[in-house]
Amino acid sequence: MRKTIVYGVLAGGAILFGYPFVWMMVGSLKPELDISSLSLLPSSWSLHSYTAVLGKIPLARAFLNSVLVSLATTASVVLFGSMVGYALAKLNFIGRKLLYVLILFTMMIPFQITLIPQYILMVKLGWTDSYLGLVAPSMMSAFGIILFRQFFMAVPQALIEAARIDGCSEVGILVRVIWPLSRPVVLTVGLLTFMTSWNEVLWPMMVVRERSLMTMPQIVALFTIGGEAESQLGPLLAAATMLSLPVIVAYALFQRQFIESMASSGVKG
Amino acid sequence: MNLVRSRRRHDRTGVWLSLPYVIFFLAFVAYPLVFSFVLIFHRWNIITPMEWVGLKNFERLIADPLFYRSLGNTLTFLVIHIPLQIAVALGFALLLNVPLRGRGFFRALYFLPVVVSGVAVTILWQQLYSYDYGVLNGILASVHLPPVPWLVNARMAMPSIAIMATWKNVGIYIVLFLVGLQNIPRELYEAASLDGATAFRQFRHITFPMLNPTVIVIVVLSTIGGFSLFIEPYVLTGGGPMQSTLSGMLYIYNQAFYFGHMGYAAALGFVYALVILGVVLIQKKVIEREPAT
Repeated sequence: MRKTIVYGVLAGGAILFGYPFVWMMVGSLKPELDISSLSLLPSSWSLHSYTAVLGKIPLARAFLNSVLVSLATTASVVLFGSMVGYALAKLNFIGRKLLYVLILFTMMIPFQITLIPQYILMVKLGWTDSYLGLVAPSMMSAFGIILFRQFFMAVPQALIEAARIDGCSEVGILVRVIWPLSRPVVLTVGLLTFMTSWNEVLWPMMVVRERSLMTMPQIVALFTIGGEAESQLGPLLAAATMLSLPVIVAYALFQRQFIESMASSGVKG
Repeated sequence: MNLVRSRRRHDRTGVWLSLPYVIFFLAFVAYPLVFSFVLIFHRWNIITPMEWVGLKNFERLIADPLFYRSLGNTLTFLVIHIPLQIAVALGFALLLNVPLRGRGFFRALYFLPVVVSGVAVTILWQQLYSYDYGVLNGILASVHLPPVPWLVNARMAMPSIAIMATWKNVGIYIVLFLVGLQNIPRELYEAASLDGATAFRQFRHITFPMLNPTVIVIVVLSTIGGFSLFIEPYVLTGGGPMQSTLSGMLYIYNQAFYFGHMGYAAALGFVYALVILGVVLIQKKVIEREPAT
């Protein structure tokens, strides 16, 4: 009896969190007049909404921009994060403690204070309306470094000493001993960074004005508030579906890692 | 000798490996931070030369009704969002903590809105909230209830955004509560049952106090999230109706990019950063001090 009630509430939750997405996707495939109905079974299927939105905004180009920006950011955060994380965890060098304190300090600064000066820096460097401007300020992440550091602290020192005795260089140890061990933390940091970067919209709205360089969430947001949607629902839902689908697919593949990485990002607070 | 050399060698490696971050830190953290202290004392639209105005930006801010409005709107958001978030997340976490088949599936589904772009979620909720054709008012009409002016009424708009944000983020907090619940030692419950404590009393005196660290994390993260609110009002309401959803971040953005008031926008960002740090510090103090009843 109690079990039935628990399942009932859980199923209610499933409808609450799942149904809107199903409605969005089905709605994007319905003829315009059908959309506002609650039903998930359209009178007919139609790709009209997709052709309509693709005809109005350069969504394919925005998709490409988003892929490029997210992948470059992710690769950079993982590469540099693992380098600094390894140095902090396993190497002794001048200024190590200071560096660690600076990284913790960086995580505590509310971004509101640096946002406008960062934008002005982009203007001064001439990086507005460029991929560089989109990527540069998120190329390294203090939080990513901390996650790598934590992971590397647990790597047995004996493993590193053994490689050192075998004549492996310090960089060689990182590349040949440490990186092959790092799959879990690379996946955690990588997924978190990719998702954050894919969904980021405030920074692109600041540094990019040129349509051909806009990222997907940015162009979809501007499409929504601009007159281009002509208050038609279908194209909006089609745009929202195309925007969310890549992350939903990634989530379906790496569901456990996504949840774990987000949970670990919550622990920092 | 050999040992000394090897230590010195990896001494240098550490510096080399950290160097890219040091450069990054100087360029994108330290410089903007220092520059913000310059900017807040200037009037500047980026195009013409900077003009020193002393404390004028702050004098203006203290008298700016829209600054107070945006601050008040953010507080309205937080006052609804945080308790709702904690209640919903704790409720689902307690249910998912019961050993049942398929709970992994439910957890994954509740987490889905977390990973999806805020822009997509906002478009979705714009349709759900639509006054005339929206799904929510459709459901209300089917049980003969009057429609709710979700986004068109100045009193309702911010609460509506708070509900939407809760729906989007609650999945993270369900997971955090689940972690917290699993960290409570079983012996505590066993001892309590032996003493004849009811399920409710066990929750009140064991579960809830033991979850205190999780609650702090949730309150702090939701607060930081609330102060970062931007794209939701930008897309959904444009800050309206009657400025009722003008968030702090949206106001900073408008000052910088609609009016070109870079100095004033920087001053707003500066003050908001201080407010955030202050609020978070107070929250930590208050919740930590709460006696474990």
